[in-house]
Amino acid sequence: MPDAPAISPLVLFLASVLTSNILLSNFLGTCSFISISKDWKSSFGLGLAVTLVIGLCAAICWAVLYLVVIPLGIEYLSFVVFIIVIAAVVQVLEMVIDRFSPALYLSLGIFLPLITVNCAVLGAVLFMQIRKYDFVQSVAFGFGSGAGWWLAIMLLAAIRKRIENNPVPAGLKGTGITLITIGFMAMAFIGFSGMIAVQ
Amino acid sequence: MKGKSAKILKDGLWANNPIFVQVLGICSTLAVTNNVRNTLIMAAGVTFATALGSLTLSAIKGLIPRKVRMIVQVLVLSFYVILVDIVLRAYAPAVSKQLGPYVGLIITNCILMGRAEAFAAANPPWPSFVDGLANGLGYGLVLLCIAVVREFLGFGSVLGIRLVGDWFTPWTIMIMAPSAFFLVALALWGAKSYNARAEARRKAASAAARPAPSGAAK
Repeated sequence: MPDAPAISPLVLFLASVLTSNILLSNFLGTCSFISISKDWKSSFGLGLAVTLVIGLCAAICWAVLYLVVIPLGIEYLSFVVFIIVIAAVVQVLEMVIDRFSPALYLSLGIFLPLITVNCAVLGAVLFMQIRKYDFVQSVAFGFGSGAGWWLAIMLLAAIRKRIENNPVPAGLKGTGITLITIGFMAMAFIGFSGMIAVQ
Repeated sequence: MKGKSAKILKDGLWANNPIFVQVLGICSTLAVTNNVRNTLIMAAGVTFATALGSLTLSAIKGLIPRKVRMIVQVLVLSFYVILVDIVLRAYAPAVSKQLGPYVGLIITNCILMGRAEAFAAANPPWPSFVDGLANGLGYGLVLLCIAVVREFLGFGSVLGIRLVGDWFTPWTIMIMAPSAFFLVALALWGAKSYNARAEARRKAASAAARPAPSGAAK
């Protein structure tokens, strides 16, 4: 088992939502963030799906890492193992949601395959490994990171709705102005950084 | 053959640059660019993985069943990323530590998957290799420009060598997250405006050229 840093899971959860937001301070998941945030409703669905997947993957990858990979001494394969776990979690989640809630599947289903290559998921898992969180901390960190990503994409989708009707220079339209908006959001989130310190 | 490779190379470097035109691989673009040395290493890693990944995937594309295509692509790419990770850990442990999870994140860098899907899946191995190489280099080039600005303004140095005296007050914002977003946006703006102007000039030139022959025919 890892020698975990002494930090309460609740603090870690809040820290990963606000102070070290996985998107705004670690830049993870920017690609789908930019392409999906055009639409408020899709942003909500994708955010929910990402939160679920990161939380589940953090828990499962933790178990696989410390119960299988490290005892077997195949740490050099951990990237491949993580990717397989993530792909499997996404696949199973897709099937489960389809089976139990077709309505949710309709609103969430199209986003699930996208998540396998969303770097926020793999990023959160790798941070968990590098920072040596214990199980509860990993779950808190996973769900916190997902919730932080969700919060960020909802905020951006709302802001982009406003920008749509404003005169933006031709060369900045679309991605350019979105990146600048994200920059300002990241600056705003720096304001939280005095609250809780996490690595 | 040679002319074709040159065209693919030019496409990846400018005309179809992964960051400016395809808007791919932004995530890691931003994370590593506050330091020129890390950026160079990251760009080399991405180029290596994209080029060899495209080569391999193109070579085995006939053997991959369509249904599991994505997962096979990710697995092949992740093996190359593991190689990069192991080499870095052995020869540059300090850099490897600084880059942290971002080396592993090359796997989910959209450029790799994007090229595998858009180019390697439909082309023979050699052009795929060149395409991967070109996209990796095009990506590295943009990263490098951003990194030079960020490191210079943020630390007053480039590649760790101090270029200005003590009078210089570092712009702390440059080494923090927001500046990366601003700089990529500015770079994107520049590239788009330049391309739009070049396009307009070409159109004007062809419009000016066209009436002459039709007038001569009358």
